[in-house]
Amino acid sequence: MNEKTVTFIVDGKEIKARPEQTIMKACDEAGVYIPRLCAFKDLSPFGSCRVCTVKVNGRPQAACTQPVGEGIVVESQTAEIQQIRRNIIDMLFVEGNHFCMFCEKSGNCELQAMAYRLGILAPKFPYMFPVRGVDASHPDIFIDWNRCILCARCIRTSCEIDGKNAYGFIGRGPHKRVATNSSAGLKGTDADVSDKAPANCPVGSLMYKRIGYAVPIGCRLYDKNPIGSDIEMKKTT
Amino acid sequence: MTEKSTMKTIHIEPITRVEGHGKVSILLDENNVVKQARLHVVEFRGFERFIQGRLYWEVPVMVQRLCGICPVSHHLAAAKAMDQIVGVDKLSPVAEKIRRLMHYGQMFQSHALHFFHLVSPDLLFGFEADPAIRNVIGVARKFPELAVQGVMMRKYGQEIIKATAGKKIHGTGAIPGGVNKNLTIEERDVFLKDIDQMMAWCRSALKIAKDYTLQHFEEIKDFGSFDSNHLSLIRADGAMDLYHGNLRAIDAGGKKIFDQVNYNSYRDYIAEEVRDWSYMKFPFIKSLGTEKGWYRVGPLARVNTADFIDTPEAEAARKEFKNVTKDKPNNITMAYHWARMIELLHSGEKINALLHDGDLQGTDLVVKGHRRDEGVGLVEAPRGTLFHHYRVNENDQVVMANLIVSTTNNNEPMNRAVSRVAKDYLSGKPQITEGLRNHIEVAIRAYDPCLSCATHAMGRMPLEITLIGHEGQVLERKAY
Repeated sequence: MNEKTVTFIVDGKEIKARPEQTIMKACDEAGVYIPRLCAFKDLSPFGSCRVCTVKVNGRPQAACTQPVGEGIVVESQTAEIQQIRRNIIDMLFVEGNHFCMFCEKSGNCELQAMAYRLGILAPKFPYMFPVRGVDASHPDIFIDWNRCILCARCIRTSCEIDGKNAYGFIGRGPHKRVATNSSAGLKGTDADVSDKAPANCPVGSLMYKRIGYAVPIGCRLYDKNPIGSDIEMKKTT
Repeated sequence: MTEKSTMKTIHIEPITRVEGHGKVSILLDENNVVKQARLHVVEFRGFERFIQGRLYWEVPVMVQRLCGICPVSHHLAAAKAMDQIVGVDKLSPVAEKIRRLMHYGQMFQSHALHFFHLVSPDLLFGFEADPAIRNVIGVARKFPELAVQGVMMRKYGQEIIKATAGKKIHGTGAIPGGVNKNLTIEERDVFLKDIDQMMAWCRSALKIAKDYTLQHFEEIKDFGSFDSNHLSLIRADGAMDLYHGNLRAIDAGGKKIFDQVNYNSYRDYIAEEVRDWSYMKFPFIKSLGTEKGWYRVGPLARVNTADFIDTPEAEAARKEFKNVTKDKPNNITMAYHWARMIELLHSGEKINALLHDGDLQGTDLVVKGHRRDEGVGLVEAPRGTLFHHYRVNENDQVVMANLIVSTTNNNEPMNRAVSRVAKDYLSGKPQITEGLRNHIEVAIRAYDPCLSCATHAMGRMPLEITLIGHEGQVLERKAY
């Protein structure tokens, strides 16, 4: 079968894609990793974190939502774009309370892994130290708002995969946060231990209870290979 | 260090070659006679408060951040408490042995660090030697083989911690109900390769400490010394056990105050007093009250309380140690160093035995039980008995934490040692030299205090700043 393809350029490399694909999808298939946090393979594009910002014909776009186009020129690994990504990650760190040293997601955390990949040693912006709580009222799941980066993966997973509506955003601007669909908190929702939503949280915010540190240091997701390695490995195989 | 002769107050700040930050203040009258000497801990941590609300399985990883030297002790004490929370009273053999290996590795590296890096300059060069030489660099220059031993022994212990906990500092190995990894054959063989060398160095370190104590006996027997009670965990058969046991307390003459007390009921036996001039609390045995109930913990107390040590070389060393005081408890502050090296040897023997135990390669890592609301975990940390006590609500969140840290247990003894040395060596001297001031630090160092660990509490410690004039009058007092 003769599929219609488009050809475009990413950092000087020619990539072929199907016209309905986003830049990120096409790059993933070609083994070119574009950093991202809110984007997730099993969820529809959302475009909120902007970590996947690339320049398309000179204009900043979110690679997770921007469709490919014949002949477009995409810049991703340039110094300028990488610095934009570092700034976003920096801001996410200081805007919440991310204490990697005891966080059970450490080693499996995409925010932490992204910081390592981008070479961030310490945030350059001042910490905001917001006062945020924990909702541990559910017997099997908990939310730690200190670590939430507002990527909406939990909200989207609950809707698109779990077939529920357990989470949603409330508030605007700096007051925006993920809320549960019950005034009684998590225990009042239909969230369940079999839900995929906690598994898809990129940070240690929505978590299954009592997993803790069951995976030893050295065997965690990003202990040996940086985030994005799975995609980049396609390039060599 | 600063000295203001017109103030009639000497401050030794910071105290060097100890873990954490503290200061000593010595008040002198117009004839330079010591009126009062106190050890103050100037750090403020707040762990007991800020872990409230956190999930219980986070606690062993979180609270170990109290310390960078003995995090394993906090990690394990908290994990033992969390074992109780998850309803596990007995771990699988592999989990128990992996934790013990981690603990002996910790003991090994901490004791080696203290003896070779922190204390050896005093013992090798003398208390009043030139401070430019009396330091670890001076040791490395004059006794390079000793310095290398210290570094390599510490490394060995740290590598054991890494193999069992995942990291040399602040690992995650102990989890509620067990451990998250075993020891592979490859990891084990790395340690077996060097164990004979480590044991040889343990023996030579023990000999240095023993010889020093015996050769300087007349001058050190009263140095910062005093009679005291002693407290430690003890195995059911009376053996020294650094990882688990029941509580035993003896008085200065060896008479048991209490014995084989299940540590879950520690609050029936131990209480803590708050004094307004220190962030560190003052624990005491309830039945004896605050005046007579204070006690020593750590290597000296453990060797004193134990009926025997279950490893042959350390047991032989213990007998030699006890012969000095005719089988009675040893109340000599400087004897801590000798006792500590007996424990170093004991830890080496234990590590050696564990490395030959096939259980370490087992795969039964975690045991499950029925959830409880309260857990207490105690271990013998390098510096002494360490208490962790938590309550957890139905949502799995910590609602209460009480930690009695090894150094806190030694608070009163350290203050007594400081006071005695100040009165014996500094009182009436026309000039207080650096060497004389170091005598105070030598007495504190004997306890190997960890001042960062010791100031973990929050909410019950009054903070008060007092401004004292040159004639001792209070100019201003401000409470926070």
